[in-house]
Amino acid sequence: MRSIDGAVLDLKRLDLLATADSVIHRLDARAKVLTTLVFIVTVVSFNRYEFTALFPFFIYPVVTASLGNLPGGYIVRKIIMVIPFAFVVGMLNPIFDRELFVRIGPLAITGGWISCASIILRTVLTVGAAFILVGVTGFLSVCQALERLGTPRTFTVQLLFLYRYIFVLTEEGARASRARELRSCGRKGLGLASFGPLIGHLLIRTWLRAERIHMAMLARGFTGEFHSRQVSGFGWRELFYVAGWSAVFVVLRMENGAQWLGRLVTGGLS
Amino acid sequence: MSHHIVEVKHLQHIYADGTVALQDVSFTIHHGESVAIIGANGAGKSTLLLHLNGYLTANSGEIRIGDFPLTRKTLPEIRRTVGMVFQDADDQLFMPTVFDDVAFGPFNLGLPVEEVKQRVKAVLEQVGAAHLQEKPPYHLSGGEKKRVAIATVLSMSPDILVMDEPTSGLDPFARRQLMGLLRDFQHTKIFTSHDLDMVVDLCQRTIVLHQGIVKADGPTLEIFNDDTLLAECRLEKPLSMQGCPVCGKGR
Repeated sequence: MRSIDGAVLDLKRLDLLATADSVIHRLDARAKVLTTLVFIVTVVSFNRYEFTALFPFFIYPVVTASLGNLPGGYIVRKIIMVIPFAFVVGMLNPIFDRELFVRIGPLAITGGWISCASIILRTVLTVGAAFILVGVTGFLSVCQALERLGTPRTFTVQLLFLYRYIFVLTEEGARASRARELRSCGRKGLGLASFGPLIGHLLIRTWLRAERIHMAMLARGFTGEFHSRQVSGFGWRELFYVAGWSAVFVVLRMENGAQWLGRLVTGGLS
Repeated sequence: MSHHIVEVKHLQHIYADGTVALQDVSFTIHHGESVAIIGANGAGKSTLLLHLNGYLTANSGEIRIGDFPLTRKTLPEIRRTVGMVFQDADDQLFMPTVFDDVAFGPFNLGLPVEEVKQRVKAVLEQVGAAHLQEKPPYHLSGGEKKRVAIATVLSMSPDILVMDEPTSGLDPFARRQLMGLLRDFQHTKIFTSHDLDMVVDLCQRTIVLHQGIVKADGPTLEIFNDDTLLAECRLEKPLSMQGCPVCGKGR
């Protein structure tokens, strides 16, 4: 129960980080959204056995998070949470793909393990970039940026409501789970049997609560558009930001930055 | 602006499951009045409030706010005129920070950013919550949440303030503080409440709802001195009008 409450507060913290002021925070949201999109597309575009070439891409999340003064430990914890999901996606690769890929002394690494590690690494990079984007921009501004970039309003408003619904659902879920836990006296209660009605109730309660919130929004003149106090335009700074990062991503996509660095250190370039 | 600011005529509301929440409700509230709508649980108070800013649609009857009848066309103007503060402040506060929440209404009115910032600052000062501006609403205490919820509505400069159970869940000090704040507002005020002492303190007029009809409508003190009416409507005298429970004086 406490973990549900804690998880919600932790997620809300991400939005609060976005209210800070830094070089990255001050950039127009569209620039950050575009750069993150280019980053994600580049990272995903590698072939499935690529592993080492992905490492240099950490430069983007690390630089953005540090310029945006995001707490590193917090972001790392958030990313660690999604690694198990990535592992589930890739866990069958080592079983089906047993082709020998690299041999390090007695250790033989198959293609399956490489592609599984690659999936995890890509998840860490892309999910990390998305978290950092929200942390330096705010979910509301990300949606506004998407809209200004041409995404239909219906879609962005749905996205915002969905995001808001996560909080409503988890808050109500935490209450229901607390009530169940307190009355099951430390035992399992009625076990699985009690979860059916619990989930049904949860749906109805969150629905009613969401309606009340919607009512409060309508009462304050909501017409399907969210506004932000941040006024920014897409200027030269933003153009340089997008172009600069995109150039870095393209170079890192064409050249294996990790190998290049290795050759540089070992003198292989001369 | 019309002299009759809120006019409700033969309002009837039946919920989809057949529950008759309002049978026949009529009253007129004038400019600057402070009116309490009281009644037992299920008397129809909350349903009535939801009609006042057009959230619910009546089965029959008519509502006029100022010069406008409440219709789909006049809804945006009416929602600006009638500021609605919900019972549970958590339903009203949904943005990441207090500033964003208070600015939500003015932004929807299409005001420029600078004007919105000024309004937010002014209303937060008015409710004594200026220091909370950058805080997330879920970290506030109950009293603070209530004051911020009122600020979210005041920032739209409403003519009429409608509040559902304003003092519920507040500690005695926060309750007094809130009552002091409400007393200073010059708006037309409509409250529903079970806090009958607050009603005596803040409202000159009281409307008693019972099973979906207006059972009584008159000066607050007169209503609370009518023991038969109170018993019939499952209500009691406010504590301040009852005798001392220890020495029995004033009974």
